[in-house]
Order: sequence, then structure tokens, then C-alpha cells
Amino acid sequence: MSLLEVRDLRVAYGAIEAIKGISLDVEEGQVVTLIGTNGAGKTTTLRTLSGLLRPVAGQVLFDGARLDKLKAHEIVARGVAHAPEGRRIFPLMTVEENLELGAYSRKGEAIAQDVAEVFERFPRLHERRAQKAGTLSGGEQQMLAIGRALMSRPRLLMLDEPSMGLSPIMIQLIFDTVAELKAAGTTILLVEQNASAALALADTGYVLETGRVVLTGTGPDLLTDENVRKAYLGED
Amino acid sequence: MTAALLDRVATSAERLRSHGTRLSPSLAAAAFVLVVVGTNLPWATFSGFPGLMSLALYPAGSRIYVLALAPALALVAVRFSRRRQAGLAATLALLAVVVQTIIAIARDGGGLVNVSVGAWVTLLGALLGVAAFVALPDDGAPLPRSWPVLPALVEALAVVFAVAASLALLVYALDVEAPSQFVGFLLALGGGLVALNRLGLFEWLGALYARRQALTLVLMAAAAVTFPFTQGGSSYWLRVAANVGVFAAAAIGLNVVVGLAGLLDLGYIAFFGVGAYVAALYGNAGLGPSRGHLPFLAVIVLGALVSGLVGVLIGAPTLRLRGDYLAIVTLGFGEIFHTLVNTYDAYTGGPNGLSNIPDLRQGSFDFGLPHTVFGVELAGFANYYYLELVLVALVMFVFARLNASRIGRAWVAIREDELAASAMGINTVSYKLLAFGIGATLAGASGTVQAHVATQVSPDSFVFLQSVFLLAAVVLGGMGTVPGAVVGAAILIAVPEKLRAFSDYRLLLFGLLLVILMRFRPEGMIPSRRRQREFHDADGADALSAPPGSAVA
Ligand SMILES: Nc1ncnc2c1ncn2[C@@H]1O[C@H](COP(=O)(O)OP(=O)(O)O)[C@@H](O)[C@H]1O
Ligand SMILES: [Mg+2]
Repeated sequence: MSLLEVRDLRVAYGAIEAIKGISLDVEEGQVVTLIGTNGAGKTTTLRTLSGLLRPVAGQVLFDGARLDKLKAHEIVARGVAHAPEGRRIFPLMTVEENLELGAYSRKGEAIAQDVAEVFERFPRLHERRAQKAGTLSGGEQQMLAIGRALMSRPRLLMLDEPSMGLSPIMIQLIFDTVAELKAAGTTILLVEQNASAALALADTGYVLETGRVVLTGTGPDLLTDENVRKAYLGED
Repeated sequence: MTAALLDRVATSAERLRSHGTRLSPSLAAAAFVLVVVGTNLPWATFSGFPGLMSLALYPAGSRIYVLALAPALALVAVRFSRRRQAGLAATLALLAVVVQTIIAIARDGGGLVNVSVGAWVTLLGALLGVAAFVALPDDGAPLPRSWPVLPALVEALAVVFAVAASLALLVYALDVEAPSQFVGFLLALGGGLVALNRLGLFEWLGALYARRQALTLVLMAAAAVTFPFTQGGSSYWLRVAANVGVFAAAAIGLNVVVGLAGLLDLGYIAFFGVGAYVAALYGNAGLGPSRGHLPFLAVIVLGALVSGLVGVLIGAPTLRLRGDYLAIVTLGFGEIFHTLVNTYDAYTGGPNGLSNIPDLRQGSFDFGLPHTVFGVELAGFANYYYLELVLVALVMFVFARLNASRIGRAWVAIREDELAASAMGINTVSYKLLAFGIGATLAGASGTVQAHVATQVSPDSFVFLQSVFLLAAVVLGGMGTVPGAVVGAAILIAVPEKLRAFSDYRLLLFGLLLVILMRFRPEGMIPSRRRQREFHDADGADALSAPPGSAVA
């Protein structure tokens, strides 16, 4: 049984259906990536999984239990963390306060230790721990967003376009971080437009187009797939 | 041609500046002498102008304001940056008061001939004073970025003094009868405040308050408790103070909703009204259909609960929506409440309201009667005043506990980014509802007391404008802090009362005051540390949040 199973999920904004029935699986310890162009429905999918949007139809099973009827805070409490698109850190709080809020769903214990762990992973955040998060650079904010999501000790970490708008060096750093997390056994659902880097990391990839899954395969397979190379890797 | 002219003006201004340091002290000294002499001479040829303006050697009325600004002339002698700005603010205000008074005297007396020599001498002094600062070069040592730390008691006393002084000023303002003199007062006060702000006084006070919060509050409480003993049995100021207390408690409650949770409630006064009507209908007035006579404590609790319940009923469907909708719905609720109490006159007395609400009674203790404590007679209003103190203290306690709690952190997160807060596992709907309900409950509780302090309730006391004033009290005083709400509430009582004289322009003036304050001090007069950080990006990060020894890049 997969850790996360999505069955025929449909999501609509008013009368407009943005997700037209998608299914996907995430195995424990795997990195699964969801790629697709702008507007394909990647963000909508993640937001539905984390309870920020309600599906019209379909099922989400996490560890065998239904998630799709639960509220966002209940889903976080079950171990699904979501680092939203555009980072969405709390700009006026300090870096440290942001991290502490990431642990909001947990009760008390060992939070300081986990903050220290995040600082160990991202030394730049440690240097800036008392600084307002809004004054960080884009890459640092993304580190903070990932660190904050990790603070809930998730069993599934969902990242929405962590490389968006970053410099090549920062993108490399973020993907290195994802690789490290994978090596440490974290289960990750990674949404990306940067298809080559995402597929290179992923165990499984899903290609999304206008609300439908049009292609599935292992990361290496998709990376060499001719259609994928044409459409997403800018080759012709 | 014009370019050449501009050039010459620029060079002569330059020259004036370079002579400034030499010239300014003499100008300022001359200005000071002229102002002191001028204010001691008569300003009007006729008697009857407010402030006894026809008398010599008796500086009263607007002449006092002029004299109060005069010490600012000494700023020319101190070398530090911003002295020019501060001095200009003060002297321009001084000039404005003189000009405004001259115009008022001429208007009342029927022409400039009725303006006496004193006014002209002072005008000359004011002009020289402005010139002294215009000529001053804009240099000098910068103001210190962080002030020396003084003994705790001294710092706390400074804040208490500042709050007491602002309350006293307000109370004084309430007492100024003549419109022309009141305008003079406002001009002088405005100029003085801008000058003090330029000198960093408020920054300093804000820092002191943040550093010595606990001690400051203890001292304030002590000052508040002793206040009635200084009144010699008179109830006048106690009545004012009790009113301020009522609205301060309500403002702190609104501060939970607006300041902590970031929800805009435009109908808050209606919750206050619910409490007031509950007290009138079920309290010892026995005005309700049941002719009930609940004991007072039961009425406070009942008023608070009913109001809180109404709050939850209104909030539950609305708080799921985006923030703007809440503002609209609360606005509508306020109007509905007003219409309801206006219409259902069988219960509420309709537009006349319910009057003759008797004094509170708890057991055998009658709140309307004077009592003698420690051999000092306290007027009847002292009882209400103390009741208000207890209520404010209680509300402050609730506020402080909430602010420091897990709930408080959730509110901050919701205020900053609701979607992110929800992704962190915060139940945003419940927390918003909680804030809304707590606010309504606190408003209801203070409303019950208000009914007895005012001895009547009527629909017109609970209109949109009152909600706006309460909101303004919170914003003026400083969102998210307690003394801020108290000072704001005092202003709330004083300003509308005073601006009655200009009833046509009342809202315009009030709006102007708000705009000016928001321009120069958006975080309010006594801001919370967090607010200060929110409004002052650049300096906030390093000045406030960096613990010593941390490496901030
Ligand atoms: N709040 C919204 N209201 C209406 N339509 C939306 C909203 N958000 C996204 N959409 C639409 O849903 C589709 C999928 O969007 P999104 O999930 O953001 O795509 P992606 O993340 O893959 O770029 C797009 O057609 C987009 O226009
Ligand atoms: Mg997206």
C-alpha cells in the first residue's frame, strides 16, 4: 500500500474544472514529481491534498485513511506538510519565529532541537535567525519555507515549485537539499516546472496537462522520453 | 533671466545659511524677548475676548500656548541634527497661533484696529523665531540611535508621566470653551508634538515602555488607584475618568479583534450596545418585560455572554470568507442593531431609549453614594471609577495572556498570511471566531457598566460613527498595546465632545487628525514591539530583534 493514494480526483473553481480526474501514488521513502506547464493544475492538486481546497469528487488516502474530507489543520496533524507556491513565509516574523510556527501542530516537545537541526541544514538561516524573514533573499526564503515545513515532522513533504524565480546557483542548492532529504528517507511530492532537475531526482514522475495526467513513468524513463524532451526540456 | 534670479536667491540663501550659526542665536534671543514681552501686553482693545486678552501682565488663553512653545527657541543653542526641523515645527506653530488669534480678535472686534500692541510684538517675535531656524544650517551630531538605559524606576516613571500628561492635556482640552482658543490649542499642541517627535521623544518613550512594561503598568495602576483621593470629594473628573474607563475597556476588547487577529470589525459598538440594553432591561432598573432585578454581577456576566453569543452567531458564517466581507457584514450588523432597538419600542423604548437607570447596587453597597475611605470623602462616581479600573485591569489581563499565548501566535500568523497559517496546521476559522467572540464579550461587559454610568441607553449612542471612533482609538493609541488603547479612548471621549463647536466640520477635522497621525506615526502613539517592526522595516531588524552576540548580516 502506498503512503499516499489519489484516486480520480476532481477539483473545480466555481464552474471551471481545473483538475479533471487524476490518480497518483507516492510510496514511502520515494520522491515523486509532478511536472507540467503553467496552469496545468499542479498547485491546485497540492492545495487539495493539503485541505486548502475541497475536491468535487475522488478520494485521497493517506496511510489508508481518507484525507479529502478533513480540514487543513487536521491534515497537517496527520503528517502532511505543504511548502506552498511562492514560499509564503511570514515576512514580518523573524526566521526563528517562522520555524517555530512550522511546529504549531505539534505539542511542545523537542521543538528547539528541531529548530537547531534546520539551522544545521541551512547555516545561512542560522546567521539570519533574528532577522525579519521578509528581508531574506529569494533563495533563503525558500530554505526557510522548506525548513518551516520540516518543523511539523511530516511523513510526506509537499514542495510547490521550490526553484521558482531563483538564480541558477540557488536552484542547484535547493535541489541538493531535496536530494539530501531523499537520502535521509523523507517522502517527497515535488511539483516543478524545472522538469530536468526534478526528473533526475525522482523515483516516479507524472506529467500534468490541463488537469489530466498525460504521462507516467520512472524519473529516468521520462527524462529520456521523446515527448517529454520536446515539450518540457526545450528540445526539438 | 529666471535662472539667473534663482541662482542669486540660492546663493544668498547659501550665504544666509553659512552665517546662520552666528546669526541664529541672536535672532532667537530677540524672538524670545519679544514673545515674552508681547504675551504680557494686551492683545485686544476690547474686553470679552476669550482668555482675557485685553489685560496686561496676565498671559491667559492662547497667550499661554505661545509662551509654552517659546522655550523651543533654545534649540538653536544645541548642536545636533534635526534641531532645525524641531525648531521650525515649534516656531511655525507659534506663528500660526499668533496669526490665528489675531484673525479671531479682528473678526470679533470688527477690524485689525482692535488688535492691540501685544499681539503685534508677539507676531514680530514669532517671525524672528522662524527666521532663526530657517537660517540655521542643517548639521550637527545625529541623534543617538539607542538611548542610554536608565534605572528601571526612572524609566517607568517617565512613561507613566507621559501617559498622565497626555491624559491631563486631554482633560484640559475638554475644558477649553471658546472655539477660537481651542483652535489655538490644537495648533500649539500639534506643533509641539511634531517638535518633540523630531527630537525622538516618542521613540524613546516607546522603547522605555517596551523595556519596563511590568513596572510601568504597576505604577500606572497605583496612580490610577490614588487618583480619586486627590479630587477633594468632587465628582467632576471622576465622571470623565469613569467614561474613559468604559471606552478603554471596550477599546482593548476591539484591540483583540483588530490589533491581534487583524480582523476589521466596523460594527463593534453594537456589541457594546447589546451589553448596555441587557443591563437596562434585566438589571436593577427593571425596565424589561420581566421587571427583572438581577444582581449586578449577574448582569455583567449576562451582558457579556449575550453579546459574545451574538458575536459568534454573526462571525461563524462570515469568518469563512475573505477579510473584506467581515468588514461589510459587521457594518451591516451595526446598522441592523441600531434599527432594531429603534423599532421595537415595546422593549427598548424606541428612539427615546431607556432612561432613569438607577445607580448600581451590589448587596447593600450603593454605587451612587459617596463613601469615606481612610478619612477621605470620595464622591459617588469614584465607585464607578473603581469598578471601571477593575474591568480595565481584567480586560488587560485577558489581553496580555492571549497575546503571549499559543493563540496569540496563531493570530499573528493569520494576520500575516492566512493561507500559510492554515498550511502550518492552524485552524484559521476557529481562531478568527475566537477573537471575534472575545471582542464581543468584552464589549458586552463594558456596555453593561456604561448603561449605569450614563443612567440611560438610547439607539443614538450606538451608531456607526461610534464604531469608527473606537477603531480610531485603537489605531491612534497603537494597535496591539494596552496603554495605547487607554490614551486612544481618552481621545475618543475628548475629541468629539470638543469638536461639537465645529459640528459641520467635525468629521473632517477628525479625519485630518487621523491622516496626520498615520502619516507621521503609522504604528500609533504607544505601539507594540511587533507593530513597530512592521512599520519600520529598515531599522527594525537590527535594532529590535537581534539578540546580543548574534551575527546579523
Ligand atoms: N483561484 C482560482 N480561481 C479560478 N481559477 C483558478 C484559480 N487558481 C488557479 N486557477 C486555474 O486553475 C488552473 C490550474 O492552475 P494551477 O493549479 O495554479 O496550475 P499550475 O500550478 O500547474 O501552474 C489554471 O487554469 C488556473 O487558471
Ligand atoms: Mg503553480
